[in-house]
Amino acid sequence: MNSAQLLPSENLVFLLRGLYDKYGYLRYKMNKFEEYDLYAKNKDFLISDSVITFTDTNGKLLALKPDVTLSIVKNTKDSGKTVQKLYYNENVYRVSKGTHSFKEITQVGLEAIGSIDEYTVLEVISLALKSLACTGKNCILEISHLGILSDVINYAGIPQGEIEKAFRFIGEKNIHELLSFCDALGIEKTKADLLADAAKVYGSAGDVLPWIRKNLKGIADDKNIDEFEKVIKALCIEENGGAVRIDFSAVGDLRYYNGFVFKGFAEGIPESVLSGGQYDALMKNMKRKSGAIGFAVYLDALENTSTVSEYDVDVLLLYSEKSDISFIKRTADEIISNGESVLTQREKPCTVKYKRLLAEKDGEVICVENNA
Amino acid sequence: MKTMLNVALPKGRLGEQVYSMFEKAGYPCPSIKENNRKLIFENPSAGVRYFWVKPSDVAIYVERGAADVGVAGKDILLEYEPDVYELADLKIGKCVMAVAAKKDFRDDRGRTLKVATKFSNIAENYYRSKGRDIDIIHLNGSIEIAPILGLSDVIVDIVETGKTLKENDLTVFDSVVPISARLISNKASYKFKSAEIDRLAQKIAEQTEERL
Repeated sequence: MNSAQLLPSENLVFLLRGLYDKYGYLRYKMNKFEEYDLYAKNKDFLISDSVITFTDTNGKLLALKPDVTLSIVKNTKDSGKTVQKLYYNENVYRVSKGTHSFKEITQVGLEAIGSIDEYTVLEVISLALKSLACTGKNCILEISHLGILSDVINYAGIPQGEIEKAFRFIGEKNIHELLSFCDALGIEKTKADLLADAAKVYGSAGDVLPWIRKNLKGIADDKNIDEFEKVIKALCIEENGGAVRIDFSAVGDLRYYNGFVFKGFAEGIPESVLSGGQYDALMKNMKRKSGAIGFAVYLDALENTSTVSEYDVDVLLLYSEKSDISFIKRTADEIISNGESVLTQREKPCTVKYKRLLAEKDGEVICVENNA
Repeated sequence: MKTMLNVALPKGRLGEQVYSMFEKAGYPCPSIKENNRKLIFENPSAGVRYFWVKPSDVAIYVERGAADVGVAGKDILLEYEPDVYELADLKIGKCVMAVAAKKDFRDDRGRTLKVATKFSNIAENYYRSKGRDIDIIHLNGSIEIAPILGLSDVIVDIVETGKTLKENDLTVFDSVVPISARLISNKASYKFKSAEIDRLAQKIAEQTEERL
């Protein structure tokens, strides 16, 4: 056991910060608290609408941050043709879906706010791809385009009040219910089938881009298709481009998101470890003229997959009241200099798991137990 | 080595029907038919591992990734809203989520309706869509006696044959949603095993179509 070893999540934070620094993103440090009003106005943007609140000494209602993006947007100004490129490494507090209780979650992410062009979209999604690669696991980045999907939904003729429902079925890849739903709305079968086919789409750029060109040309806006194709093709020639998949079931709330949305998955982890997208609609809701795109990496999802070490410590070194303390200290230091960790105790703690048990006896160190 | 597909099956009669469909779809595991108390069975040559779990827990096993796919009732999916893909309707285990009450029940919209149910989320969504003010009384069983004892005005519960309702002098007043068994998949598992999971969903869907 190497005592200097970083936990996988600590190591990942270190790698991600280095990655974002290299691309000129500036670290954005925030206060843990935010005025509750910000979340009350944008509840649907939050993963969970439960927020820990408290009243400050001046009577203001504050919240422990459940989200970072809203605070960044609130504190940045429209900046003409430039793009503010920021990243953060913060703890957020929200209800965990599994336990239904509040959890402190470490989140690393980045935001690009300003005049978002195709290059910026490509750079941010490429950084998402590189962030996944930093996990050291076999990863997949699924990418969708809400502009294209909305065009298909409009073409199918889903009424405005039913779009949310249609999005839910698409998000679940629930084709059988999507088709019955279209049938109940009296939507033409060919249009319903096309929507169902779009919801089913999942595959590499090579498989899906030709399908989009063939089936959605004239249905989705050419601008959306061209932009999507250009970014996906550029991503695919990158180092981890093989991890890109197109999946229109990766949906986001249209009140906040538009354009590209994406989610990252790492093999062996049952939930998404990265999530992001373009959120110009949120910016508009917050009275900003700028566009924005960003993503967050969920370190808590990655935490539970680290392999648990078999031992707490390499060597348990026992000494007695009669022992020469400088001899014990020297022995401990020698063990450490050999690359092992050592716990010195007068009695064997019952819960500690060790490889070797050494004990000092009459000025000598003897090996009492070897579990290695 | 063949990748294993982990499948959570609902314990009981429905689970046995589901297993037959999986077997026909190319995922046999003969040891599952042995009469014993084992809960995990695998057939490495077919690349499948089955778990028997409580029907209401299937969605949890799948959402948390302990199983790649599973079969859960639509009632459970609507009640707990797990973040999973719903890939096929098996069209078995069919029943209806319904509103039932005493035969002489009259809905007085001038007051809050007391609703006893195991399915609080489904009941809440249903009455919200109707703009009806309700008071949910969450019960874990013997829901039928709630209106008889005056605990609630109506119940929202699964009705299969209607026999239990009849024997307790209750009658169905409205149907909330039809229920049947659904093939669900963990979203992350789908990303890495999409070809296999899609093939399975396709073969299951073919069997349900043949039956119709």
